[in-house]
Amino acid sequence: MEELALHLLDLLENALAAGARHILITIEEDAERDRLTVTVQDDGRGMGAEALPKALDPFYTTRTTRKVGLGLSLFQATAVQCGGTLSLESCPGQGTRVVATMKLSHPDLPPLGDMGATIATALSREEPVEIVYRHRRGMREFQFSSAWLQLHLGEIPLNCGPVLDWVQRYINKGLAELYGGDAK
Amino acid sequence: MIKSLEELQKLKEEQLEAIRLREAEQKVRIVVGMGTCGIAAGAREVMAAILDELGKRHLTSVAVTQTGCVGLCAQEPLVDVILPGKPRVTYGKVDANKARQIVAQHVVNGIVISEWVVNRGEA
Ligand SMILES: Nc1ncnc2c1ncn2[C@@H]1O[C@H](COP(=O)(O)OP(=O)(O)OP(=O)(O)O)[C@@H](O)[C@H]1O
Ligand code: FES
Ligand SMILES: [Mg+2]
Repeated sequence: MEELALHLLDLLENALAAGARHILITIEEDAERDRLTVTVQDDGRGMGAEALPKALDPFYTTRTTRKVGLGLSLFQATAVQCGGTLSLESCPGQGTRVVATMKLSHPDLPPLGDMGATIATALSREEPVEIVYRHRRGMREFQFSSAWLQLHLGEIPLNCGPVLDWVQRYINKGLAELYGGDAK
Repeated sequence: MIKSLEELQKLKEEQLEAIRLREAEQKVRIVVGMGTCGIAAGAREVMAAILDELGKRHLTSVAVTQTGCVGLCAQEPLVDVILPGKPRVTYGKVDANKARQIVAQHVVNGIVISEWVVNRGEA
């Protein structure tokens, strides 16, 4: 994948497929320790001790539409390539946490990419899902919470086109400010 | 960020107005396929373009949803348009540019762009 945001969308799709109602995304850029940490935590159905070790195998999938499941193995390959790791913790009935680390200075590190479109895409559904996205860079932080937006919108559904368009622009603007006006 | 919040407030008012205007009327639905291979083929860019187009045109009565993998890899990215009372129309190999035209022609004017259609639901 050419962007970290696309890998993230993959993880979000996994969480949504597992029936998650709450998803917490955190991205931490620690320049001092030269470390980028990406975490996605969900409260979906989780995986048992049987399934968990297999989840990273590209030839393991519980999907019925095709024989390979690529999302996790692709992200793992990117993390390892960039001097890091991808780890999975999961508990059946409670949820799953995926943590990927990478070297911030690694030349192969993909750009963050369009996080706004990634989050807007994950929110584009009928069934409600709450997504919190926290992005920390050194001492500064950007945060987005879909619950806050829903509260503000009241009866208006989040998955209306112009609302999701606002979401993608809002997040990308917030990130551009986090990066000191220099977008993405 | 203040400007974003003002924009959001305006959006909210437009939206409420739209809800009042078409109490009983059904929404137009757009569905974008979003499995890993769909994402790799550009489905998220298609979604972003659709949202941008709907936002610019203030099309508040359009619901956008994504679905997981539908097992039609070779045709990905896939976009379904469902106008109220009409059968589902599925477009294949959509890119951002085609997506914008689908909004302009099909969603706004009700004209199906037949050459990109890969499937149609029953009438
Ligand atoms: N957040 C999660 N909660 C529960 N199960 C998960 C989660 N993420 C992954 N899994 C399990 O691990 C399997 C492999 O995931 P992976 O993303 O690699 O492939 P996939 O989702 O099956 O297919 P693809 O990502 O290629 O569309 C999934 O089929 C699912 O059973
Ligand atoms: S995402 Fe392509 S066949 Fe499922
Ligand atoms: Mg997946």
